[in-house]
Amino acid sequence: MARMKFLCDADRCIECNACVTACKNENEVPWGINRRRVVTLNDGRPGERSVSMACMHCTDAPCMAVCPTRAIYNTADAVVLHSKDICIGCGYCFYACPFGAPQYPKVGNFGSRGKMDKCTFCAGGPELDGSKEEYEKYGANRLAEGKLPMCAEMCSTKSLLAGDGEIIAQIYKERVVKRGYGSGAWGWKTAYHETIAS
Amino acid sequence: MRSLLKPCRLAFAAFALVALALVATPAPAQQPNSVNPTADAVKEDQLLQQLHIIGGRGTIPDVKSYNIEQPAGRDWRHYQEVVLPWVGAIAILGMLVVLVAFYLIRGMVRLESGRSGRTIVRFNAFERFVHWMTATCFIILGISGLNITFGKRLLLPLMSPQAFTDWSQWAKYAHDFLSFPFTIGVVLIFLMWIAGNLPARGDLTWLEEGGGIVGRRHASAGRFNAGQKAIYWIVVLGGGAMAATGYLMMFPFYVTDIAGMQTVTMIHGTVAVLFVAVMIAHIYIGTIGMEGAFEAMGTGTVDVNWAKEHHDRWAEQELAKGRSAAPPAGAAATPAE
Repeated sequence: MARMKFLCDADRCIECNACVTACKNENEVPWGINRRRVVTLNDGRPGERSVSMACMHCTDAPCMAVCPTRAIYNTADAVVLHSKDICIGCGYCFYACPFGAPQYPKVGNFGSRGKMDKCTFCAGGPELDGSKEEYEKYGANRLAEGKLPMCAEMCSTKSLLAGDGEIIAQIYKERVVKRGYGSGAWGWKTAYHETIAS
Repeated sequence: MRSLLKPCRLAFAAFALVALALVATPAPAQQPNSVNPTADAVKEDQLLQQLHIIGGRGTIPDVKSYNIEQPAGRDWRHYQEVVLPWVGAIAILGMLVVLVAFYLIRGMVRLESGRSGRTIVRFNAFERFVHWMTATCFIILGISGLNITFGKRLLLPLMSPQAFTDWSQWAKYAHDFLSFPFTIGVVLIFLMWIAGNLPARGDLTWLEEGGGIVGRRHASAGRFNAGQKAIYWIVVLGGGAMAATGYLMMFPFYVTDIAGMQTVTMIHGTVAVLFVAVMIAHIYIGTIGMEGAFEAMGTGTVDVNWAKEHHDRWAEQELAKGRSAAPPAGAAATPAE
């Protein structure tokens, strides 16, 4: 089985936000929720870099560990998914998540934040693959159709890579060798306890 | 066609001239052969060491999303999954073990001089109402709160995931909404009993003598003894801390950021399990730990002998004011019209 990962090559990201739009469109993400976002570091200063960030589908995911109702689970492809039927909207996953991935449809309102929503690696949820219920709750299940996440597929500069960890790490390594530089695989150390030499 | 060719030729000539000029001019500062565009690029490791949270500028209204990395989430997870369950289990189970052992050794603290049959008002109806409102809220808040930490370990294996979620969802609503009467109760407790709970002379002697429950002889005390004063301040300060951190959690990110929210939840959890442990001891002393103690919060009146044994100075004051009531039952207690 493949071990699915995201990799954002910050030296290629041009902050076009196509990944954000692609994700919203593909998954019919509810209003006010961004499963993926682009953040610019050192904006306007030399060495500025933009990174597209969403759920990284961590190894030994902290959100999964802290969930009080065990709503979050791992698939065979190591994608971190959750059940909106089991979620009670307590918000603990957001405190534990190193990447700020979990989102809630309501901000506060006496703690009833609604069911958590986050990037599914375009792999839907616990419902039957490709079913209407799955699409309504979690969005598209492209993985079940043999396709990769829409954000990475739409990336105009192929900065955002999604797929089997070993393959995307290899692609990134080759890029670094060929062009002679690379600012590293953002979040990999935190998410997967590994780095790609650059 | 001819008219189009002319400007083209002109443009080409101009271009050639510029190209020639460029080649001919010696470059004033030779560019390095290999450009390293990442020489001053931001580096993840460096940022993490400097900032602990990596954040930048985003384009959506949600400012929380401008942080892309906060590895502190892993420390928070360690607290939630390792530290808090252990602290909670040791505090609560430890307290239960101590109390069972204490009960087996010491047993119920009896009224030494027996009952006099005469009673004296200890807590009026309003005081009892506030106590029981706060107590009821505390028990529900305690159980629903412990469910967040221990539910998945103890209850989830016993029921279906959906049933556990339904219970936890209602427990969470109860936790959120009962916090309001609980907070009001803590404020009222603070106001109505502050007079008797300020540190006073005699508290140290009381503690040295081990109070009425540990020590063998009855230590002298006013309306509240040093042990009760400790409970009072634990309720006021602990309850205040629970309320303050709780409302910050109920309205997340209004006041503080992710690091602040993590600290707030950690304070809430730690104070909560210690609070529960202390309140178990409070319940013990108020029920099976001491004869005649429950009546104070139950009916609101205590036996005069109980008052003399446990709160001698208070009893003297009250009796001097003539507040003792006639024997409640049996004896001819009808007051003269």
